Amino acid sequence: MSHTPRTLYEKIWDAHVVETRDDGTSLIYIDRHLVHEVTSPQAFEALRMSGRKVRRPELTLAVPDHNLPTTARVDAAGNRLPIADPESAQQLAALERNAPEFGIHYIDATARQQGIVHVVGPEQGFSLPGATIVCGDSHTACHGGMGALAFGIGTSEVEHVLATQTLQLKRSKSMEVRVDGDLGPGVTAKDVILHIIGVIGAAGGTGYVIEYRGSVFENMSIEERLTVCNMSIEGGARAGLVAPDETTFAYLKGRPYAPNGADWDAAVAWWRSLATDPGAQFDRSVVIDAADIQPTVTWGTSPEDVVPIGGVVPAPESFADPSKRIAAQKSLDYMGLTPGMAMQDVPIENIFIGSCTNSRIEDLRAAAAILKGRKKAANVRWAIAVPGSGLVKEQAEAEGLDRIFIDAGFEWREPGCSACLAMNPDKVPAGERCASTSNRNFVGRQGPGARTHLVSPAMAAAAAVAGHLADVRDFTA
Amino acid sequence: MDKVTGMDGRAYPWGAKNIDTDVIIPAHWLKTISREGLGRGAFETVRAQDGNIFDDERYSGSPILIAGDNFGCGSSREHAAWALLDLGIKAVIAPSFSDIFSGNAFKNGILTVVLPQEQVDRLLEVAQTDEISIDLENQTVTTPFQDRFPFEIDPFRKHCLLNGLDEIGLTLERDTAIAGYEGNRAETMPWLAKGTEVAA
Ligand code: SF4
Repeated sequence: MSHTPRTLYEKIWDAHVVETRDDGTSLIYIDRHLVHEVTSPQAFEALRMSGRKVRRPELTLAVPDHNLPTTARVDAAGNRLPIADPESAQQLAALERNAPEFGIHYIDATARQQGIVHVVGPEQGFSLPGATIVCGDSHTACHGGMGALAFGIGTSEVEHVLATQTLQLKRSKSMEVRVDGDLGPGVTAKDVILHIIGVIGAAGGTGYVIEYRGSVFENMSIEERLTVCNMSIEGGARAGLVAPDETTFAYLKGRPYAPNGADWDAAVAWWRSLATDPGAQFDRSVVIDAADIQPTVTWGTSPEDVVPIGGVVPAPESFADPSKRIAAQKSLDYMGLTPGMAMQDVPIENIFIGSCTNSRIEDLRAAAAILKGRKKAANVRWAIAVPGSGLVKEQAEAEGLDRIFIDAGFEWREPGCSACLAMNPDKVPAGERCASTSNRNFVGRQGPGARTHLVSPAMAAAAAVAGHLADVRDFTA
Repeated sequence: MDKVTGMDGRAYPWGAKNIDTDVIIPAHWLKTISREGLGRGAFETVRAQDGNIFDDERYSGSPILIAGDNFGCGSSREHAAWALLDLGIKAVIAPSFSDIFSGNAFKNGILTVVLPQEQVDRLLEVAQTDEISIDLENQTVTTPFQDRFPFEIDPFRKHCLLNGLDEIGLTLERDTAIAGYEGNRAETMPWLAKGTEVAA
């Protein structure tokens, strides 16, 4: 074995190479595959048509989330309620049929364990450190928070993984994003990743796998690391990683699909060996001082369009790059904002707390801490809190968080992707704004004409109470 | 898969940057369980605006699209590639592409050609009036005006495209190597091999 120092990414990559061709493309073994209803039907159909089988069904886990409505799924008698939209119903029916037909474990829409794929994977202990994890969804990067090499794939690749348990890949370049120091009050994992994307740009990570390093990430909980890694793709990186450590092991121990007994000890020993070696080289390094990060919001239609909550809507002329100037003007037209306007003066009519970025228990606690004893402002028309999974929902209810949300004027929903993307009935009306804890502020993402401001859960709660974008630090005194 | 050797024809001179997959095909079109018919939803929000490039009769039916940096960023939806194909677009030229999109495009026989911004700017100009020619074998983009821009492409992708090879079929031929890896893995890291079959 060579003793060249290696990065975490290189170690995971090397451990999964089945073979490498002369042109540098490798056949990479895939340890875990998550499947949902939207990007899988065509893959199963193609398998069926070519008479191919699923190579290792036990390495795939299927759960519906994207277009499942977040309203009640069973009636008072416990009978399953039909899904009104015929196309959504058809897609769910397809997954429900495909999973058993191909021998894949399926979590039903009405099961306690159901939830957003990227919440379910870690929660069930299915997503493990050092594993290669894929899913037909770009936010698969999320599982990097567990110390896994996780990335989104298209439907043809879903089919490729089902049939062969491998993918043909080229090694990415590696980027280190280092944040050391102490985060200020009110600054959360979401603010950290929004700030990072502002620094590197929406295409800055293209071709790279990012490793998040430094004391800020070391001190984070798993929930927070999942939030950070989740949005790696918004910075263009297909995957983001945080090295597994004691926090990771403590989180995983005892979860349903986590190793147990002697397996556990062997697994932990391997996981410990994965950390980037001293002296290992990254292709690019970005260093950020934790003290520079403020509670952050987006003003435009790209996740790189970030500004501290105390800031103002930027003027298109303020950008050096001419194409960015044009893009900024378009964003402002779409968002209905004028340069120089204080972000805190931007009125908000809709609040969405949820999505695979921010729907875990800590996210709900952070929002509830602000909402406790307060009510949403009169101009906030619609506010929903959507737990990431049935288990998160149960936990939140056990802690009484549901009451806090409901008393504040929120709707308390069943788990799913909800208003993160306009596929299910939860949509933001055209021309209205939403303070959203999701990950994409693209044109039309939350519904045709919808205007999205990405924020942390605490900031979404603050906006709900204020009726406009607001600084969470004014609520915590 | 059909063989892909290149593409000659008119091009939509769009040039827009950061065109994300929600713009290429909005989420409400993703409820289909088929790959067909998504052209109707392609660039829906763009096409809803008067004077948009896709309704400009000078370009209608063009097989090539010229875009700006970071084309196809956002979601992993392969529906974006299917929508382009259904609209008749078989090649996209841009200064950069999102990694996932270019993989999806390749798997559907769509050429993604990366050229530096100045050359893309030149092609945007030419495409206003004239045809553009992409030659995969020689890895060049040419115009009727002596422009000749070489581009890079992954050799494996090029080989698959030129010969119409099915990637899954190719990988399945590597079964011995995959089985060998799995055997080794089952011994050294049995917990990874268990998946949902872990004994409670
Ligand atoms: S919550 Fe949003 S980003 Fe996450 S998996 Fe669902 S649709 Fe994708």
